[in-house]
Amino acid sequence: MNARLRWRKFVSGFMLTMTGLCALVAVFILFFILGYLVFHGGKDINWAFFTKLPKPVGETGGGMANAIVGSAKLLLLASLIGVPIGFFGGMYLAEFSGSQVAFLVRYAADLLNGVPSIVIGIFAYAMLVLPFKHFSTFAGSFALCIMMIPITLRSTEEFLLGVPRELREGAMALGASKWRTIQSIVVPAAYRGIITAILLALARVAGETAPLLFTAFGNRFWSPGWNQPTASLPVVIFTYAVSPYEDWHRQAWAAGLVLLGLILVVNIVARVILSRGVRVPRS
Amino acid sequence: MQASARPLVSFNLATSGTGAAHREGSTSVPMRMTISNLNFFYGPKQTLFNISMGIAANKVTALIGPSGCGKSTLLRTLNRMHETVRGTRLEGEILLDGQNIFSQDVTLLRRRVGMVFQRPNPFPKSIFENVAYGARINGIKGSLADIVETSLRRAALWDEVKDHLHKSAYELSGGQQQRLCIARALAVDPEVLLLDEPCSALDPVSTAKIEELLVQLKESCTIVIVTHNMQQAARVSDFTAFLLVGELIEFRPTPHLFTTPGDPRTEAYITGRFG
Amino acid sequence: MATPSTAVPSAGPVVDSRSFLSRLRDGDEIARLITFLFAASVVLITALIVYQLWADSVLPRHKFGLNFLITRVWDPITEEFGALPFIYGTVVTSAVSLLIAIPLGVGAAIFLAELAPQKISDTLQFFIDLLAAVPSVIYGLLGIFIVVPLMRTWLGPALKDTLGFLPFFQGPNYGVGFLTAGIVLAIMVIPYIISVSREVLLAVPREQREAALSLGATRWESTWKVVVPFARTGILGSIFLALARALGETMAVTMVIGNTPTISASLFSPGYSIAAVIANEFTEATSDMYLQSLIGLGLVLFLLTFVINGLARLMIVLTTQKGSGTGRT
Repeated sequence: MNARLRWRKFVSGFMLTMTGLCALVAVFILFFILGYLVFHGGKDINWAFFTKLPKPVGETGGGMANAIVGSAKLLLLASLIGVPIGFFGGMYLAEFSGSQVAFLVRYAADLLNGVPSIVIGIFAYAMLVLPFKHFSTFAGSFALCIMMIPITLRSTEEFLLGVPRELREGAMALGASKWRTIQSIVVPAAYRGIITAILLALARVAGETAPLLFTAFGNRFWSPGWNQPTASLPVVIFTYAVSPYEDWHRQAWAAGLVLLGLILVVNIVARVILSRGVRVPRS
Repeated sequence: MQASARPLVSFNLATSGTGAAHREGSTSVPMRMTISNLNFFYGPKQTLFNISMGIAANKVTALIGPSGCGKSTLLRTLNRMHETVRGTRLEGEILLDGQNIFSQDVTLLRRRVGMVFQRPNPFPKSIFENVAYGARINGIKGSLADIVETSLRRAALWDEVKDHLHKSAYELSGGQQQRLCIARALAVDPEVLLLDEPCSALDPVSTAKIEELLVQLKESCTIVIVTHNMQQAARVSDFTAFLLVGELIEFRPTPHLFTTPGDPRTEAYITGRFG
Repeated sequence: MATPSTAVPSAGPVVDSRSFLSRLRDGDEIARLITFLFAASVVLITALIVYQLWADSVLPRHKFGLNFLITRVWDPITEEFGALPFIYGTVVTSAVSLLIAIPLGVGAAIFLAELAPQKISDTLQFFIDLLAAVPSVIYGLLGIFIVVPLMRTWLGPALKDTLGFLPFFQGPNYGVGFLTAGIVLAIMVIPYIISVSREVLLAVPREQREAALSLGATRWESTWKVVVPFARTGILGSIFLALARALGETMAVTMVIGNTPTISASLFSPGYSIAAVIANEFTEATSDMYLQSLIGLGLVLFLLTFVINGLARLMIVLTTQKGSGTGRT
């Protein structure tokens, strides 16, 4: 083995080790984030955190009950509107559409997916805040639902198309109409993937802050109904984090832990379900 | 490809005779379906040329021929399944009990003309639900449990699954799944059953079971089977049609076609000179 | 003997050919109509967004025209608005983030695709997918309380000592600024680069690697000189995807960039990005011109991400074609 070959082998080993380090760094970051959050936020999670309202500025104590409920309301309404649009839109692409319409809808969905969330916030503001002259939960949900639609739509389309042609033909050969086939055979075969996609979409918008800044805005108290501004977990984290109060910083960490914890749990569950896949016939 | 000469078609359906006659038409056996001057196109390409034949009632008719000859295509026109693919076009006439199948509602047609596919395709449901599916969606009267049992018996599967009706269909073996698909098709009580190479994915034992059951089924049902296995056609069918490159070369009672084929191409195929 | 294929084509959607009336009776037509309406609403929303951005930024467009993009001044009081500081901040922070994220991301992707055994590669990818799910505000939280103090006390002085001769590392260091924001952004976009690059690397046909190795190349040489170049379009696509994400990122940036509309060569300088200024000032905008200028900024951001996303998708499509043999190198 001559010197040049030794050098090349050394370079090879060295560079490949470096790439391993890169991968390690990436994964390390995740665990660091988690660990730090648990460390810093864990000690401030208590019953008060979940049940109390925020205390006035400067006073210690208080909790984030209204933010938690607010986030839940925002997500609920967002899914109630966004999921059907995405689901049935995806169904149209997979089952009924011609190729030109399909291209247009897919293009629009991809475009929508790439719009920065703050711009979506601007749109929701123009549509639902400006005309009514006040912030509202409804406007916040609208912004979030727009963000859920593209993911839901493309995933539904993908999973519906993934149902094997043989199953559809089997149903049609028995005299099933197209809609009957979709409803009783295709959707049940694809529903697992679709549900997990919806869960992933939910997890994504649950952490969104920017579109809520000028739609749902914020609220230090409860927000009854859908027509008033509301606190939400991500916005409160932001507000508290940039404030000068030590106590608020601690609460921000706790809230961060709760938020991230929920999002990660949903992600893990969804991905595990997805990876198990659909059962296929043995023959 | 040569321009097609007038195909050698024999409707000699007399049950006796030495096979020398090539006569058109015959009323000695009632026809469940008749195909007249069928031409089939996939996009600009023509794949079936001027096919005319009859499907005899309560008999088994086999369609044989080398790969790509059009036998599956022909089969799928009989229950208008070709319409599920974009770009297909058909000229000619197909009658079921004297009525044009293209002037009926296609979902009603498909109840009367059922289909079993090459690879078993049970739904991701229980055995019971698979068989009951057709009955459910077509609103067939009667107890579902009875319909399911009758169909499974007709498909010679009842004894094997009667205690496991609520298990997933995917837990059955390949041969059992195919019989399940047959039961599923039978549950809507079709007049005609089309089978597209139903045993090609199965082992010999399952194949034998299904061939046995086809022979029993024809008492209540008219059967058309596509097969690439000539011995199977010889064992199971009453009439055999030989197709080549989209043309119907010969159509005769099975024993005649296999022992004294009228066309040299038929002879070449059945003696294995080409596959 | 050449037999033309008359096999039933299996490609293509399952089509329904019944008469309108029977389709109607069975609910097929209604189903088609309803699902069409939902699909159409997606197109409608997208079109509305574009329209609204354009229509609601008409005031600054009339007053400043294209100068809006190159004016440095941002003064709500005199109503002089220029986008340049924000464009500058957005571009600089994104550039810094890519400079950090690309080597790390592509390196990790190479490791995962070429070296790691299947199980480890899949497990690590799982964690990296989780990293991509961490919301922006959490990154901001970590940015404020970890990266900023780190920059102020350790990293900043270290860079000044070693690279202080460069204009990038001169000037006062408060902890917040372009560099800090770039670092936080880098962490946020690394998962995207890794995921997509890993996928395109895995898709490189095995024969390419084998050809190189059988010529006596080392593992690294085969990877770096054959496999990576083969996949370079897709890797570039992943970078563009990451860029699009970085450009639109709001919360993490606004928490660590310093929020002052400054243009400076120094990476320690506080700055502002388009998304950050919109986030901070939108609810404070007192006049129509002010608000519409912010919306105008939103339009600029939208167009930027639109172009970059389009390029990213194009590149990824081109790569998958190449992998399946329908493209040319």
